[in-house]
Order: sequence, then C-alpha cells, then structure tokens
Amino acid sequence: MSTFIDKATRLVVQGITGRDGSFHSKQMMEYGTQVVAGVTPGKGGQKFENTVPVFNTVAEAVSATRANTSVIYVPAAVASSAIFEAADAGVKLIVCITEGIPVLDMTRVLPFVHERGVRLVGPNCPGLISPGKSKVGIIPGNICKPGPIGVVSRSGTLTYEIVHQLSTHGLGQSTCVGIGGDPLIGTNFIDCLAAFQADAETEAIVMIGEIGGTDEQQAAEFAKREVKKPIVGFIAGQTAPPGRRMGHAGAIISGSSGTAAEKMAAFEKAGIAVMKRPADVVPLLKERM
Amino acid sequence: MNLHEYQARDILRRYGIPVPPGEVATTPADARALAEKFGGKVVVKAQVHAGGRGKAGGVKLAKSAGEAEAAAKAILGMTIKGLTVHKVLVAPAAEIASESYVGIIVDRATQRPVLIVSAAGGIDIEEVAAKTPEKIHRQPIDPRYGLLAHQALALGFALYKDVKQARAAADIMQKLYTAVYAVGASLAEINPLVTTADGSVQALDAKISVDDNELERRPDIAALRDVSSEAPEEVGAREAGLTFIKLDGFVGCCVNGAGLAMATMDLVKYYGGEPANFLDIGGSSNPQKVVAALRIITGDPNVKAILFNIFGGITRGDDVANGIVQATREFPLKVPMVIRLTGTNEREGIEILKRAGFSALSDMDEAVKQAVAAAKGKAA
Repeated sequence: MSTFIDKATRLVVQGITGRDGSFHSKQMMEYGTQVVAGVTPGKGGQKFENTVPVFNTVAEAVSATRANTSVIYVPAAVASSAIFEAADAGVKLIVCITEGIPVLDMTRVLPFVHERGVRLVGPNCPGLISPGKSKVGIIPGNICKPGPIGVVSRSGTLTYEIVHQLSTHGLGQSTCVGIGGDPLIGTNFIDCLAAFQADAETEAIVMIGEIGGTDEQQAAEFAKREVKKPIVGFIAGQTAPPGRRMGHAGAIISGSSGTAAEKMAAFEKAGIAVMKRPADVVPLLKERM
Repeated sequence: MNLHEYQARDILRRYGIPVPPGEVATTPADARALAEKFGGKVVVKAQVHAGGRGKAGGVKLAKSAGEAEAAAKAILGMTIKGLTVHKVLVAPAAEIASESYVGIIVDRATQRPVLIVSAAGGIDIEEVAAKTPEKIHRQPIDPRYGLLAHQALALGFALYKDVKQARAAADIMQKLYTAVYAVGASLAEINPLVTTADGSVQALDAKISVDDNELERRPDIAALRDVSSEAPEEVGAREAGLTFIKLDGFVGCCVNGAGLAMATMDLVKYYGGEPANFLDIGGSSNPQKVVAALRIITGDPNVKAILFNIFGGITRGDDVANGIVQATREFPLKVPMVIRLTGTNEREGIEILKRAGFSALSDMDEAVKQAVAAAKGKAA
C-alpha cells in the first residue's frame, strides 16, 4: 500500500499537448505511471506519443478510459476551470501543478471539490511520487528510492534536497507529497499525516513546512493526538522578514503570525524532532527508527 | 501588489461606498491649491507603501492653505522605511465622532473570505486582536452566496447602536465584499470607518492589497502599480521574471525554488553569515534569468560573496551554468562566487563551468560554509 497513488492509478493529463504537460507526461510514462488519457480542447482524436488518446473534455476521457486521477499542467488563467472540470468528471484525485491561480478562485474551487469527495493536491505543487509504483507530477524520479519514509512538503526543490539526503543514506520513501506553496490548498499536512499513519508501509514521517499560516501548528497538535509514528520536521524561512512574500504566495509572515520560530516551537511541543538544517534529516530519523 | 490609500479610496467610491473628498498632489503648489479648494483646513498624508506613516511624520494637519503647502514640502521627498514619498493625499480635516475597523481577508484556516469588524478602529487591528480580542467580530463568508444582509447587519449593530448607522455600515460591508472579488483583493480594509458630526458613516482611510495572481486578467488594476514606490532592484527582478527580496546581509544568494531559497538563507545564518537577499530564479531553465539574477545581486555593494544553490528538477544544470558563464563575461565579478549544482544535467553543467574556470560543489552545507568564509575573508 502507498498513499494517494499506486499502481492502480489511471491518469488523465490536462494540458498534455502543452510544453510542460508533454514533457512531464513522457517522464511519468517512463517512470511507469499509467497515463491513460490526455485532454486538450480542440485536439480530441489525436494520440500523444502515438499511444495515449487525447480528448476534448475530461468527462470524455474518464468515460472512455476509466481514468481515476487527473494532473493539471494548464496555464494559471484556466487552471481553476480545469479543477472544476476534473471534479465534475468524477476523478477521485486531482493534482494541480499550475502556479499562479488567484486565491479568490480557490475560495470557490475548494468547496466544490470537497463536496464531491474529491481529493485535490495543490495547486502550485510538485505533485506526488510513490517510488517504484507511480508518479503524478514533476518530482524527479531518479532522486527517489522505495522505502519506509513518508514525506510531506509545501515546497518543490527543498523537497528534492531532503529526499536526495534520504536516498543517498539508504532511507527510501513510501510516498512523497508536495502539498503546494499557496495560501489555499486542497490537501494539508493533517491529511497527509493521517494517511501516513494509516499506511502500513510508512514507518516514519518527514514534514517540510515554511513560514506563513498555521497549517504546521495545527498539524503538530494533530500529530500529538493521532500519529504514533516518529516525525521529523523542518521549517524554511527562519531569516525571512515579516510582511514579504518569499516566492510562494503562501510564504508570508502576517504581522507577528506564521513565523518559523512559532512553528518550530509547535513541533517541539508535539514531540516532533526539529531539523536545524536539511542535513539533519538522516541522523534525526535514524535516532528515532 | 499594494495600492496607495488614494487608489483604494477611488475603488471604494466606484463600488458606492461613501468616502470623504480628497485628492492627490505631487508638488507643494498643487497641495496648496487643493487646500484652498477644500476650505483651508486639511490633512496632508504621504502616499507610500509603509505602515506607521503618522509616527514617521508623513501625516500632517494644516490649518490653512499655506500650512498645507509647507506640510507637502516637508513630506514630499521624505523617506519612510526606505521608500521615498512622491505623492500626498490632501483631504479636508473631518470632524470625527467615532472610529471603527472593517476589513475582509481570505482566511487560510477556513479557506474562506472573512469579514472582520471592531468598534476599536483607527489603530492597528492586530494590536486590538492581541490585547482585546473580545472587541473583534468575525463573519466567515460563503462565496457561493456572498455576504448575506443579516450577517452584515449583525456586524453593523456590533459597531453602532443607532439602526440607521448600523444599516449604513452593513451596506458598506456588502459593497466592500463586492469590491474584493471585483478587483481581486487579498485584503481590503477600511480603517477607520468613521461617523461624522452629522451622524453619517464614511470610509476615511482604506488599504487594499491585490493578489499578484489577479493582475494578468485585470489590466486596469495592474495599471495602478506605482513603480516609483518600490525598490528599483525588485522592479528589475520582477521584469526579468525573478522573485527578489533585498535583505541586510552580505552573502548574495541565487537559488532555484522558493523553499530551497529560504532554506539556503537560513543555512547562511546557521554558519555565521547573513543573507543579502532572497532570490528565486524559478523553475524554468533560461540562462538569461541567471544573467539578470547575477546583475541584480552584484548591484548590491553589501554583497561580499555570491552563493549559487541549484537543485535541478525542471531547472537544468547546463542552463544555469551557461547563464553564469555568460554573465561573468558581460560583467566581471568583483567578489568570490561559490556554486553548488546538482540534479538534472549536473554533469553537463559542471563541465561548462570547468571550461570557464569555475568549480562546483555537490553538497549544500559545504557550499554555504565556503560562501560564508569567503564573504568574511573579503570583509575582513
């Protein structure tokens, strides 16, 4: 078992003929993900890489191919529409890679997907990978190894850095989930902690947070109550000034709330081992496993 | 993107919210003319994207047109938190009976817009929330139905006992909510919402922050950007497609990805240095971006060493290496540079760097340590 995606994942790629969509579709196919369909309005009837059927709508793709998961690579201007469409078409998991969706759009998208029982990962995220099984998104497959560590992160390249540390020291991953750097996201730390707690393959968890919001603090309280597996945490942005967006739309200290210090204190209070730097991940995990 | 007070007031007016008169001046003579038009007794307020304008001397009361001219002369050109004032708002000094706060933000925890009101207005709302949380009233809004009349009225009564004033405030709250979605605001505040001597309810001061992600589809709002009110290197970075934030340290950082960029800054501090900036070259692989990034970093005289930290995913190591080589041909570096390059096309990237006489490390900690040491050697 793994978390959210596995060998039964049947993927439809929204924006499969675009620059990013086509590049990453090939990468996912090479990794072994079952890419069963693509969607680009106006290109229905074509074949991507001579194998994957392209449809005009997600509904057509789902009914023809029994796709159960969608990944979105379309431009920001149409990305919220793409999420609505995927949720309406009946997929169970939507992974939105696109960065730059207005936050007010997300205030309408999120109730829509939640009411339909659909899980949304992202937006503005690198997606997920269950090493050796399936990859949905853009996380480089070559830095991951199968193993017992569940990784959840608000970041992209910082996740790669930490996963790279794990893999080179023999600690493989059950699933890595990039939940995204936006202020409003579909899947949060708590969702992933709960899934890792329930996953028999996951033995320990790495949580990579950053400044802004209170998701990490709430997750720490949840972890204390509900998670029995060891957790190691990192918070990026200890040197970030207040009131400035640090690249990610959600990475901002508002007034005095959402600081790295506050989040690290919440981790410690909940018994989560706090990394001072990314290289601490391996020794801290080994002490606890 | 933050709007100036006068721009925010214009938007509120456009959505039917009563806003007292007031106009913008860019010269002391214009300020004088406006003061004459408004009857002499006016407030002159610096239009700058910084809090604490009053404390910094950027808000002055003038009893005559002559005083208004002098006030404008003092304020125009002054710097508040590093930003130069180019415009002042001149508005008639109002007789104020009470001051309240009305604001709408998108709340991350509930994932909804939330209306926040408080009878304790005119001061920093965070301070009110921290010291007297019982004076803050919150109403989460379901975006499918908008702010409902009874919800707004209940909060109107939280501000005023008088039903006419409560209704007027409720009407303002609903119009503010409409304005939020219409302009793509991530925050809209009326602070203070005042009652005047004749009992009318008006928005005296306003603050609107527009979600940067809205600007592409709202060219009219994007046109309100005042480039002169921003740090020039940040404007340059944005135009080059980079995210750059200047800090006070001495190690210039150039990183791909926001999370890794923050972690790199933190690690610089961990090893005894201070980061000079946050800089994310983004996920795309364009050597030109690297050239632009190096140009901005080297423009900061405080930078004593430059640190590249690249973990290639979408970003390709060879593209970054080409950018570095091209940049150093265009403008020779005067400070040491330490490069960490790993991930996609790492080998090709390192080969390109070697041919140009640079070396690259593969370990982040080692690179940060070397960059901090190099910066300190140079500083000492």
